[in-house]
Amino acid sequence: MKSSITVKRALAPRTTVRAALAPPAAILTALVITWQVAVTAGGVQPAILPSPQRILQQGWQARATIWENTLPTLQETFLGFAVSLTVAWTLAILIDFSLGLRRALVPLLVASQAIPIIAIAPLMVIWFGFGMLPKVIVIALVTFFPVTVGLIDGFNRTDRDAINLLRSMGANRWKQFVYVRLPSALPSFFTALRIGIAYAVTGAIFAEYVGAERGLGIYMAMMKNSFRTDLVLAAVAVTAFVSVCLFLLTYVAERAIIPWHSKERRSRHG
Amino acid sequence: MAEMTTPKIELRAIRKSFALSRGQVRPVLDDITFSAQPGEFVAVIGPSGCGKSTMFNIMAGLEGASSGELLVDGDVITGQHEHCAYMPQKDLLFPWRSILENTSLGLEVAGETKKAARARAASLFAAFGLSGFEDAYPFELSGGMRQRAALLRTVVQGRDVLLLDEPFGALDSLTRTDMQSWLQGVWSQNAWTAVLITHDIREAIYLADRVVVLSPRPASVRLNLTIDLPRPRGLSMTTSAEFAEYERTLLATLHEETLSSRKP
Ligand SMILES: Nc1ncnc2c1ncn2[C@@H]1O[C@H](COP(=O)(O)OP(=O)(O)O)[C@@H](O)[C@H]1O
Ligand SMILES: [Mg+2]
Repeated sequence: MKSSITVKRALAPRTTVRAALAPPAAILTALVITWQVAVTAGGVQPAILPSPQRILQQGWQARATIWENTLPTLQETFLGFAVSLTVAWTLAILIDFSLGLRRALVPLLVASQAIPIIAIAPLMVIWFGFGMLPKVIVIALVTFFPVTVGLIDGFNRTDRDAINLLRSMGANRWKQFVYVRLPSALPSFFTALRIGIAYAVTGAIFAEYVGAERGLGIYMAMMKNSFRTDLVLAAVAVTAFVSVCLFLLTYVAERAIIPWHSKERRSRHG
Repeated sequence: MAEMTTPKIELRAIRKSFALSRGQVRPVLDDITFSAQPGEFVAVIGPSGCGKSTMFNIMAGLEGASSGELLVDGDVITGQHEHCAYMPQKDLLFPWRSILENTSLGLEVAGETKKAARARAASLFAAFGLSGFEDAYPFELSGGMRQRAALLRTVVQGRDVLLLDEPFGALDSLTRTDMQSWLQGVWSQNAWTAVLITHDIREAIYLADRVVVLSPRPASVRLNLTIDLPRPRGLSMTTSAEFAEYERTLLATLHEETLSSRKP
């Protein structure tokens, strides 16, 4: 029993990271090569579809401008997501403690997702200008929902017997929350966080696209207008890279904050 | 002699029914009366689904009875009370807490400082065969050790009565036998009052001073059998003629219940 756990621990973690990255990297490489060959052989115009090589070349030349536009996007993403997390935690905790609030708020939360962001985002520019605020609002709007729902669901997933155990120890509602409901919800929270962060970057790009001074979104819009398809795609590649990095960051945070979760899961399924 | 003292815990005519949908009610406990003297070990056996866990929930104050009284030290208890420490059917060790943090949880909830709570729990680790596992996490422990940790978490709360709900039910039979003789050992060195739910007749006889047999749902007490075997009890005692006689009696009572419950 003990020795098998030690063996599993030694073999499991690090090797799997590389093993997990290899297949997607292989597929991506194959796609890029196919693309390159097709464009070169077919003699497609760069303004219609540039080759990967050209995107890389032109993107590298424009790296200073792209970097200048990446920073504000990152800033907006973090700020918007921070607002989103604050709202999500507040709502989820309020809803967890009060049945009345649950009944009042959950339908509104669901309704909020019916708001077509595509129509609202240009209005945001009219209302709040070209600065940070409209972006933060759009990002928060598109990401707070999955996180809130993930948290509410996580709190509810708490084992009823665990609550009873805490009650038998004399724990009031608050202590039940702190000792059991909150930690029980953290795995669901991190799952929801991953969904949220994926939407956050897209949300930032979108908010910038309709009007901004700086950022990858407005950069793409301007490059499109001057038919620089290659630079649009270079910015898309940077956006994708940023998204993947943020996505991976959630795993780092998960390992740091709830290290017990992955160990427990591995010991059960391994 | 034991009958002269005030029982540590006493159930008087406890009834409980659950309201189901469409106005139906499901009677679960029907006039349960029994008691445990201070320092006494009472085992409760009954067919599964008869209402044993429900009875424990009432004793632990998690649920109210429909009628009847619960007395601790001769006083009627109503509403929230903290006389019983409860060990549920599942070990419910929290994966986010180390074994030491899990076992000191009850004390922490009761308002002790983390440091004091952990020191008190740590002092019992040797007796519970958990030395060296203070900082381990639940997933690193074997089934038997997890059960011992859950029992330590129950005992360390220092409550009047321990309620143990099928603590060894999920263990393999070898580990279960080990745990039974270990429990028998720590038991003899402490003055705990305990009520143990089990569906293992031999476990009940081996560990208990008295065995209460419940009928199928709605449960009522069918037999209240005193086990007059000397302590400390060795494993060899389980093969004695008296042991076999108790086993026969209990088996007959339970079997009769099961048979009669099958009739329409
Ligand atoms: N909250 C509840 N509502 C309705 N029925 C319940 C509830 N809790 C338990 N029961 C019923 O009471 C019966 C006894 O359950 P339980 O006390 O868990 O039995 P045991 O522990 O003896 O196996 C079961 O038939 C179960 O379905
Ligand atoms: Mg039960």
